[in-house]
Amino acid sequence: MLQLRDVRKTFFARTPNEVHALRGVSLTIEEGSFVTVIGMNGSGKSTLLNAVAGTFFVDRGTIGIGENDVTRWPEYRRAAMIGRVFQNPFSGTAPSMTVAENLALAARRGLKRGLGRLLPARVQDELRDRVATLNMQLETRMHNPIGTLSGGQRQALTLLMATWRRPDLLLLDEHTAALDPKSADQIVRLTEQIVSQHRLTTMMVTHSMQQAATLGDRIVMMNQGTVFADYAGAHRRHIRAEDLVHRFDEIRRDERLDASAAEVLSDAYV
Amino acid sequence: MTLLLSAWTIGLILSLLALGVYISYRVFKFADITADGSITFGAAMAASLLTRGVHPVTASIAAFLAGCAAGLCTGVLHTRFRINQLLSGILVMTALYSINLHVMGQSNLPLLSVTTMTTYAQDLGRRIAGHDSMMLLGWPVSARDFGSLLLMMAVVLVIALLAWLFFNTNLGSAMRASGDNEQMIRALGVSVENMIVLGLCISNGLVAFAGALLAQYQGFADVQMGIGMIVWGLASVIIGRALVGSDSVGPALIGTIIGSVLFRLIIALALRWGLNPNDLKLVTAIFVFGALVLPMAMQKVRRHAAAS
Repeated sequence: MLQLRDVRKTFFARTPNEVHALRGVSLTIEEGSFVTVIGMNGSGKSTLLNAVAGTFFVDRGTIGIGENDVTRWPEYRRAAMIGRVFQNPFSGTAPSMTVAENLALAARRGLKRGLGRLLPARVQDELRDRVATLNMQLETRMHNPIGTLSGGQRQALTLLMATWRRPDLLLLDEHTAALDPKSADQIVRLTEQIVSQHRLTTMMVTHSMQQAATLGDRIVMMNQGTVFADYAGAHRRHIRAEDLVHRFDEIRRDERLDASAAEVLSDAYV
Repeated sequence: MTLLLSAWTIGLILSLLALGVYISYRVFKFADITADGSITFGAAMAASLLTRGVHPVTASIAAFLAGCAAGLCTGVLHTRFRINQLLSGILVMTALYSINLHVMGQSNLPLLSVTTMTTYAQDLGRRIAGHDSMMLLGWPVSARDFGSLLLMMAVVLVIALLAWLFFNTNLGSAMRASGDNEQMIRALGVSVENMIVLGLCISNGLVAFAGALLAQYQGFADVQMGIGMIVWGLASVIIGRALVGSDSVGPALIGTIIGSVLFRLIIALALRWGLNPNDLKLVTAIFVFGALVLPMAMQKVRRHAAAS
């Protein structure tokens, strides 16, 4: 479903702030699989997701979704195939528009938008019915501006919006990180339910080892802009959160060792 | 009474300008100074066509399209060439000054001897009153003034209705969302750049249409008539927002129209009470400054009150 081949991206190239965010990532994700992507801050996990979504163009390498090479496609064009939920619960919805309007906009993701009415009566009924399935009593607030809802409610609606038309690929960018624990739990459960119900190909970036270990059928670990470990199949099933934490401790120790070794060498030779 | 009627009529004409500014400033948060040029562009276009014997309705529609073209330029400069919002508007506005002179062939084009919308308005007024003058609430008014007011009411009503319908279509809603949350609407497959270009087209089309009607109402087009018009539009939009206190489309459109009429009436009264016409733009600018700063100041005061 998704093929990344040697994808590279450098931000602020040739300046003192140069960041090599992606240093050659190759990754293939099968149709219907649910991949969690973990890594420390600055490891490139969110950059990877944004590269797929088309927030920026990559410097090198190719990105393919399904049959299409989308490497040079602008973000809005890729959106026809991709559903997205962002870390910030305010990013996924238009605050001054109503709940119904937001959902109706999402119902036409990737479709032509002409001079037909956004909210004819039958669409309103359908919207209300599907919002009712969230069990959050939001169906009574369809005509309130979505900006008046809480972060958790808005994130639940964003998830519903991202999957309203079945996306070929669902991208979740730490979508529970900014929520309180109770709302985060609720969103995780909703995510599991929606993904399994529609058998969605999903990539979820998370900072939570717990989530990575319990959700999905494959774990991709990023470090310094490369894929550092990839657990799938039988391997994946035996992974516990502690194993992941342990693995990260190892990386950290290696890096510290490198740093102290460099120090010793420079003391000795410079 | 004549003063009041004419203020009311001009307020309605300029409410079309205000609706244009509503699209650029409220929907897109884009302070589009092109309006200063495109209102004159509309007036110039209509005036020059009218003196060549073109039908007033055709001339006014041509003015609308001319405004669309101006908006298209600003939009393309901003989205394709990545020029700052204000600067794109300034460039197009400046270019339009020369274009307007070419269109009119002179700096002022009188329309007193040609058939305009006002001619129709006068006929309409006469048919209702039966005379060239009539009594309205005990005051004598001319059929021309009365007819113009009726005609402008009808025009503004139709355009406001069309705008309301448009903003509730799939396309119009996507346009509103583009101004509200770019990231979200991009992720839903909409090119924000295209929306900005289309929005500025419609916005400047309305502004130019207002210019065409204004020229026909006052009986001339002048190359200077656009100066400071964007600030007028902003004032109307801000008053409208304060009056209705809502961001949803219907109330916002109605508020903008009422804001424009109200602002024109206030100005007419102020002039009547001895405000020097030379100070008009200064007063308008200070008013808009106040309206922009006041909410912030109020918030600060409220926070202080809450803290103590």
